[in-house]
Amino acid sequence: MRCIIVDDEASARAIVRELCRAIPEMEVVAEFPDALEALKFLKDNKIDLVFLDIHMPKLTGVDFIETAVDPPKIVLTTSDKEFAIEAYGYEFILDYLVKPISTERFQKCAMKLYNTFIKNNIESDRELQSNEDDELYINIDRRLIKLKFGEIQLIEAKGDYIEIQTTDTRYRVHSTLKKIKEKLPDSRFLQVHRSYIINFSQIVDIQDNSVLIERNVIPISRSNRPELMQRLNLL
Amino acid sequence: MTEIPNLDYIKEISGGNEEFEKKFLSIIQAEFPKEKNDYIENLESNNLGESAKIVHKIKHKLGILGLTGGYKLAVKYEEDLKYGDTKLKEDFLDILTSVEEFIVKIG
Repeated sequence: MRCIIVDDEASARAIVRELCRAIPEMEVVAEFPDALEALKFLKDNKIDLVFLDIHMPKLTGVDFIETAVDPPKIVLTTSDKEFAIEAYGYEFILDYLVKPISTERFQKCAMKLYNTFIKNNIESDRELQSNEDDELYINIDRRLIKLKFGEIQLIEAKGDYIEIQTTDTRYRVHSTLKKIKEKLPDSRFLQVHRSYIINFSQIVDIQDNSVLIERNVIPISRSNRPELMQRLNLL
Repeated sequence: MTEIPNLDYIKEISGGNEEFEKKFLSIIQAEFPKEKNDYIENLESNNLGESAKIVHKIKHKLGILGLTGGYKLAVKYEEDLKYGDTKLKEDFLDILTSVEEFIVKIG
């Protein structure tokens, strides 16, 4: 999700940027203290989302909304709840965040955005994956070993190597998590920590900051937790 | 009793990222004194509409610094100023002073 932040207060922009940093799917590509500058930027740049303050000098957030041609999705950031509710009627406004924005509220917003942007992409990936082989070959001592995706429980980064834990074997392969992640279907696997990718179907249970895969307790990083929670079929 | 500003919210947002905390505090240290001066100048010039706009910005910082009571007062004061009512100005000034002292202390 490519985002920009529009707010005349540097402190407010810094907070939104920091909150976005914890969401892997969000990439803040620019920030603007002035809505006019942001409008100019949008003419030449493709953006998915704008975090938009309402009370700004010169051009306000409401002016921005009314002026923007084919506007991207917008999340309002404001200290004025009533004003936000009023502007919420526009279909491209997905959410509003009352300042100061709490981490918890921002994560809820991120989940909402996930539903709008990412889920559609995952559905497309799933369709693609269903037409692809559900297996992976790894090179161990010049032998190519076939692993079914369903057998893989988790993958752990260990320096220059990765360790792939299947239902009955642990393989050590000279590779990186980034490389193997590209070969795995997003619909089945998720990186929950900078050192771990897990197979969703192998989860036994989840506690606050960890997930249990068979007998392995895998840490969940703060930034990956929202996506994990979003993917769960919660009752 | 006057509320004391704190860094709880900033620490929550940073999740332990000290670099962010440092950078953020330097932003507040630069932004707040300017906003305070602008507010006082506008108030002294009886430009209450503009004063209300600055109070609006300052109230966000009061929230950031954990001043729950100060934030509520600022919400009321901002509305009052729009109607030409300045009776809360002394209380608001006390809050600004407390924030300024805090900023100097952590600087």
